[in-house]
Amino acid sequence: MNVNGEIGEVVGAVLILIGAIFSLISAIGIVRLPDVYTRSHAASKSSTLGVLCALLGTLLYFLISDGFFSIRLVLGIFFVFLTAPVAAHVICRAAYRDQVPLADQSVQDELKDYYMENEIVEVEDKAEIVNYQTTRDKEALWIDQK
Amino acid sequence: MIFKTVLVIALCILVLAMLANLYRIIKGPSSADRVQALDSIGIILIASTAVFSVLLHTHAFFDLILLIGILSFIGTVAFARFIERGVVIERKR
Repeated sequence: MNVNGEIGEVVGAVLILIGAIFSLISAIGIVRLPDVYTRSHAASKSSTLGVLCALLGTLLYFLISDGFFSIRLVLGIFFVFLTAPVAAHVICRAAYRDQVPLADQSVQDELKDYYMENEIVEVEDKAEIVNYQTTRDKEALWIDQK
Repeated sequence: MIFKTVLVIALCILVLAMLANLYRIIKGPSSADRVQALDSIGIILIASTAVFSVLLHTHAFFDLILLIGILSFIGTVAFARFIERGVVIERKR
């Protein structure tokens, strides 16, 4: 039991320390990188790896030293692994559509051409929706008057 | 004894990371920067909850880890939709 406890402590401490250091590296990237997209790159990848290391260290610590296997922690690891990149993707997409500029030293924007075509279609789409709503309102008004 | 010291050092490192994210929230030029940093703070909060549950040697906080993860993801997606379209929940056509 004592030996198991020590092994668990060593494994847990090493993994948790690695996770914390990765979180710090991610935060340094967030402070120092030039624009939203590179910052999102730093924030999503290394931060996810850091939290995965910390949660894995917690799981292994309780598994080895106590013999306690927590399915909630496994579920938490799975969920964070699944959702953190999706959240970063959604934020980057929102930033691009909100026309946040790229950094000065970036040399290529391959999304721009495709995005311009796509955006025109969407403007037409929105106009259609507005037309539809106004006609529906007029119809409702007409029915009310009648 | 060394184990607890290592855990406290890890917590201090996480606090430093959180402060760096706080700097980005205060300074960030666009609102997408701020949302990104808030999401990152949520993830760091998950990690520090795990470290605290090891430090206090209790199983009681594992629910909180899952809960913070889900809430952080939902909040981030809601903010991103708001930045992108101006509304969070759209009307049906």
